[in-house]
Order: sequence, then structure tokens, then C-alpha cells
Amino acid sequence: MSNNKVVEIQKLLKQFPVGGDFFTALSDINFELEKAEFTGLVGPSGSGKTTLLNIIGGLDSPTKGTINVLGMELGSASHNERAFLRKTKMGFIFQSYNLLPVYTVFENVELPLILNKVESKERKRLVTQAVEWVGLSDKIDSRPAQLSGGECQRTAIARAIVHEPALILADEPTANLDAKNSHQIMNIMVRLNKELNTSFIFATHDEKIMAYLRRIVHLEDGQIVKDEIIENPEMGAI
Amino acid sequence: MLFHLAIKNLIGAGIRTWLNVFVTAVSFFMIIFTSGMYDGMRSHAKQVTIDTEVAGGAYWHPKYDPLDPFSYEDAHGIPPKEIHELIQSNDAFSVLVSQASIYPNGRMMPVMMKGIEPNQSIINLPTQSLLTHTDDLIPVLIGSGMAKYTQLKVGDTFAIRWLDANRTYDADEGVIVAIMETENFKVDMGTIWIPLDRAQTMLDMEKEATYITFSKKSATIQNKENWIYRDVNYLMRDMEAMIKADEPGAQIMYMILLALAGMGIFNSQILSIFRRRKEIGTLMALGMTRSRVVTLFTLEGGMNAFFALIMTLILGGPVFIYFALYGIPLPIDYSEMGLIVAKRLIPVYTMGLFVSTTLFIAFVVLVLSYLPSRRIAKMKPTDALRGKIN
Repeated sequence: MSNNKVVEIQKLLKQFPVGGDFFTALSDINFELEKAEFTGLVGPSGSGKTTLLNIIGGLDSPTKGTINVLGMELGSASHNERAFLRKTKMGFIFQSYNLLPVYTVFENVELPLILNKVESKERKRLVTQAVEWVGLSDKIDSRPAQLSGGECQRTAIARAIVHEPALILADEPTANLDAKNSHQIMNIMVRLNKELNTSFIFATHDEKIMAYLRRIVHLEDGQIVKDEIIENPEMGAI
Repeated sequence: MLFHLAIKNLIGAGIRTWLNVFVTAVSFFMIIFTSGMYDGMRSHAKQVTIDTEVAGGAYWHPKYDPLDPFSYEDAHGIPPKEIHELIQSNDAFSVLVSQASIYPNGRMMPVMMKGIEPNQSIINLPTQSLLTHTDDLIPVLIGSGMAKYTQLKVGDTFAIRWLDANRTYDADEGVIVAIMETENFKVDMGTIWIPLDRAQTMLDMEKEATYITFSKKSATIQNKENWIYRDVNYLMRDMEAMIKADEPGAQIMYMILLALAGMGIFNSQILSIFRRRKEIGTLMALGMTRSRVVTLFTLEGGMNAFFALIMTLILGGPVFIYFALYGIPLPIDYSEMGLIVAKRLIPVYTMGLFVSTTLFIAFVVLVLSYLPSRRIAKMKPTDALRGKIN
């Protein structure tokens, strides 16, 4: 795997046991992602995009095939090795934000740094910087219940980027947001991608997101049916 | 790091945390309180028994068996020289025990008649009252329990019948010269106290005794002949056994309280895992290993015990101090049940009690927190993120 390759998947098969049988969620997936790509896994509900995202994130394991993410062969990696990879080199953004309700914005964003045992002063600096990035400095002491949907998602983005990961996986990040907030969120991510060279993979069927993507991988019934490069994304420029 | 997160989670959970902590604190309080009561009861009973009966120990006539009234008629003799010297130096006193019958208000009642040196000051009984001039009547001292049972008052006379050393029955009139208030039922119920010299004359056992009680400060003697040395531990063993027999009741109470607190914590942990499964998934997605998540949840449960201890000290501390100073008035007279219990019970709280209770509850709470948290280890991160639980 070359230094520029962030993800490399070959002949991936993922099946789930259903009753006495198996349901094939993904089959014959071959996929590569270069550094600083801004890619979307697009397809209808049940096409396997979240499953693929989870496998890339090491949250789930493939049934067959090889998957190498950021230099680690996930198929043979242990739970703890995969957790370590997520902790140090990955960021996650979820559709329903998944913020910890009893923590403030600062504390939610600080969490990955605590897990990475970053020293307290440095944590404060990095959290402040990440919160500034997403434009939430004035809400730093608020709890998720006191934030709007857009602000929650911006907090989740700050949490995903605070430890400067190489890869960010975003599962339907704008699904719960209105158009204005969706564009705001996407603009932040495009900026991050350009300024920090962070690779992004989105699982989405939101057309607003697609307008920002520079590569769209179409999934249908668990298979890649089309992989297109968008030279000039509609909304890609900041 | 986990400690820091656990504190944040607990404090952030607000009322849910404080309710759990309160339930655990109540258990802590009740366990310490009831244990303190038992320790207080034991300590009081021991103190009263030593004070009014046992003193520093006793030398028994070899045939004396307090549990066998038939042994009394043979259990008497002149004490050996060294024991006699102890008596002479006021470091010990003699008691002569015999069976007798009394006839208060026309009823017959078997009693234990004990002759005691009226001037003794080794045990705390008002034996000086036996020096009251009563013409030829036998001066008798009884306890308030006995007085209640026989309906005798100071000044009442009644017949006493006894068997003397010559196996001859004799009888005379006795008069109540004093009624003593005592918590020790053993010197009260079924016992009449008369002056030693009178008992020796009545029984035709001049200079004889059944046992000699010595003071706490008197030295052990070398030549006690065949008289049997009984130390405090031996003389207290019946009472200790009685308190011990009552311990299972306290332990059941202890277990019920602990089970209540345990169920609260167990239930809250299960609920917590169910409610917070998305959070668990998020923590896993952020790179926390399953074992660390289990530790975090166990720690949260375990910290309940710590907060509960603090709450017990803050809320229960003044109550403990109040009862330790002023005691707890008991509504019933337990002496009628054959127990040496103060009318106002002073609980005894020792550091050992606090430490052992804390360690025990902390251990139970940790185990109860860990058991439901183990479910997390089986959870798939993807299921947890979807809010699904197995």
C-alpha cells in the first residue's frame, strides 16, 4: 500500500446471520481511497453504505476479503488494535451527533484527547482551536440539550477533528439538519479537507452533500455500481 | 482518565445519581447504626455483668455448678487460707448459695438464696441495706424484677424455708429491707440476698462459702487447693453466647439492607447500560476499548459507594453522635426476657466498624456494578451505536 493510500479494500464480503440463513450486505467490494480525498458512498437505504463505513472504521469486521486502513490490516486486527487505530487516526461524525449529554461542548470535544492521554494544557489549546474552527466559541460551556441541531453537529465535527485524524468517517452528517445548516457543516468539512489534508468518507443519500463531493461511489444492493470522479464539484469551492 | 470521566458522568446524571447514592447511604447508615446498637448492647451487658456480678473473677467450690440447683447442697466449704486472706483484706467476698422456698402472699416460690457479705464493695449491689435492723427477721434484699413478680414491697414479710447442712428443713420469717434497681436479671430474678453470717447460721455452714468473688485488682493466688479459678471470660461466656445467639437476627437485617442497596445499584447499572448504549457505542467509536468501557461503568457504580459514605457521614454523622452521647430510650424492659439491656441504650461506633462496613459495602457495590457492566464486553459497537442491545 502506497503512502498516499488511506483505504484499500479487496474482494470484501459482508454477511449477517438472519434466522438460519445469511443476508449479504456487501459483496465483491474493491475500493481505494487516497489521502485528502473527499468521497461519498452514495446509494439508497439498505445499499450497504453504512456497513461499508463501519467496516472501514473498524467497528465491524468483514466476512471475507482484505481491508487495509491507514496501514493496518483490519481483518486480522484485534478489537484493541482497531480501537487504537480509531482513537489515534480516525474521527467519526454521526447522523444523530452522538454527543454525550452530560458533557459540555468543551468536554465533548476534549474526549478524544483524553483518550489519547494528551496533557491538560495542550488539550485546552486544541479544544479551543477546534471549537473556533467550527464557530462555536460562544457555546463552549453549553450542554448538547442547549444547542440547535446544527450546533450539535458542529460540536461533533470539532470532536472528530480535534486530534487531527488522517481519516474522518461521516455517516449521514446532514440528515437531521435543514438546508442552511447542512451547507454550513459541509463548508466546514471542505475547509478542513483542504487546509488539513484530512480524508473524508461520507455515507449519504443527501443531494446537498453530493454537490460538495469530489468522488462519488455508488452502491446498490451491496455492490459498487459506479465510481465517479467529479472534477469541479458544484459547491466544492470555498 | 477513567476516574475523571466517571466523576463527570455521575455528577452529570444529576438526580439519578443522588437517588442511588441516597439509597446506598441509608443502607450504610442502618448497617452502622444496627451494628453500633449490637456492639453497645454487648458492651453494656458486659459492663453491667462485671459491675454487678463478676468483678475480677471467682473461686468456685469444686462441686458448684450454677446451672444445677441440686449441686448447691453439697457445694459449700471453708475457703482455703490464701483465699480467706483475700477476703480479710477486702479484696474478695464470700457468697453462700442454697436452694430455698419463699411464701410471698401465700404462694410458694422456689428461689436461690444467696448469703453475701453486706460490707462488700467489690460488686455494685446495695448489700449495705442488709445491715438494717430487723429484730429477729431475716433481712432480705431483692431486685425490682423479683419484687414485681412476687408483689413484695419494702417492709413486707414472708416465710422462707430452706434445707440446712444436716439435711433438715427449717423455716423463718424474712423481711424486705431494700429493692434494688438492676439491669442484671441474674442477680434479680429468682434470687433473694441475705447477710452472709445469717445464711451460714441458718444453713449450719459456719465460715463456709460456695464461691468467692474477687476484685479486679487482686492478684491471682497460688494455693487455691481444689477450688476452681474462674476468670471473667469464663463467667461471661453464657452472656456472650446469648448475644451471639441473637446475632443471626442482626445479620439477616444487615443482609436485607445490603440487598436493598445492592438491588438499587444493580438495577441502576442495568438501566444505565440500557439508556446509555449509544454513548457506549460512541465511546467505542472514539477508540475506547471494551474493557475500558466496562471499567468506566464499574467505576461509576463503585463511586456510588464512596459518595454514599460521604453522604452517610454528612447526614448520619450528627445522628450517630447524638445517639452515642444521649443513647436511645428503649420502650420495653428487656430484663423480663432474660436480657441485660439498658433502659437507654448507648450504641458503640468504633473505627473498625466504620472501616469494615465501608470495605464490605464497597466490595459488594463494585461486584454489583461489574456484573451488569460485563454485558458491554459482549456488545458490538455497531449495535450500540444504533441503540441496539443484546
